Amino acid sequence: MNGMSRIVKTIASITFPLVMIYGLYIIAHGHLTPGGGFQGGAVVASGCAMILIAYGSVWTLGKIKEKNLSILESVGAICFITLAILGLGFGTVFFKNFLIGSEIIFGIIPSFGSTISNINTAGVIPLMNFAVGLKVIAGLFGIVLIMAYASTRRDKY
Amino acid sequence: MSKRNLFALIFFVIMAVFLFISSLMMHPFGNPEKTNMDDEIIENAQIETGTNNGVTSVVFDYRGFDTLGEATILFTAVAGVIMIFRRMNK
Repeated sequence: MNGMSRIVKTIASITFPLVMIYGLYIIAHGHLTPGGGFQGGAVVASGCAMILIAYGSVWTLGKIKEKNLSILESVGAICFITLAILGLGFGTVFFKNFLIGSEIIFGIIPSFGSTISNINTAGVIPLMNFAVGLKVIAGLFGIVLIMAYASTRRDKY
Repeated sequence: MSKRNLFALIFFVIMAVFLFISSLMMHPFGNPEKTNMDDEIIENAQIETGTNNGVTSVVFDYRGFDTLGEATILFTAVAGVIMIFRRMNK
């Protein structure tokens, strides 16, 4: 895939930051609004796939290697499992929400009912959202990138 | 009809009957049965996990093992795809 026309490249470049902002917003506000790590990661990976289609797989693979994407995905998985094991260490059980009620970060407990959302709540859940979001971004974009590159006819170059 | 197709047909009929009967046994649409689990999560999710979004509290806190399994599935899928297509690339 050698990229599409200049119109498509321009429109993709303009809409790419908006898609990134929306997806990262969904990841960061996963404990307050509908969505979370998986959904926001899918949005961000879709934006990256749009760039991949517009500019072609050869150009995109020159910008980011699939090896780095594998490393990012593994970092996300390790962060997730580390947070779960820290719950075993600081709390009582695996996946214990050990940050809730503490003074460190994300420790505030909201009052019952429909309240004004405070981003500094929910304990370990936002950190897990970030880890899962990183993992989904790297995983989905890695799959799309490597499949697009493997199906490229490179005898023309 | 070969033996393989016969087995496939029998399996298909059994599955169809099973799905049809189980769809008839569902409770009617719009009238969810009240279970203790709903009330438990709705009343305690904000106090116990501090999350205003109840779905996230279930996914990442009450059923964290489920999310761990999903993450493992994604990891396996990525590893398999990269392994296959790297072989095709050469």
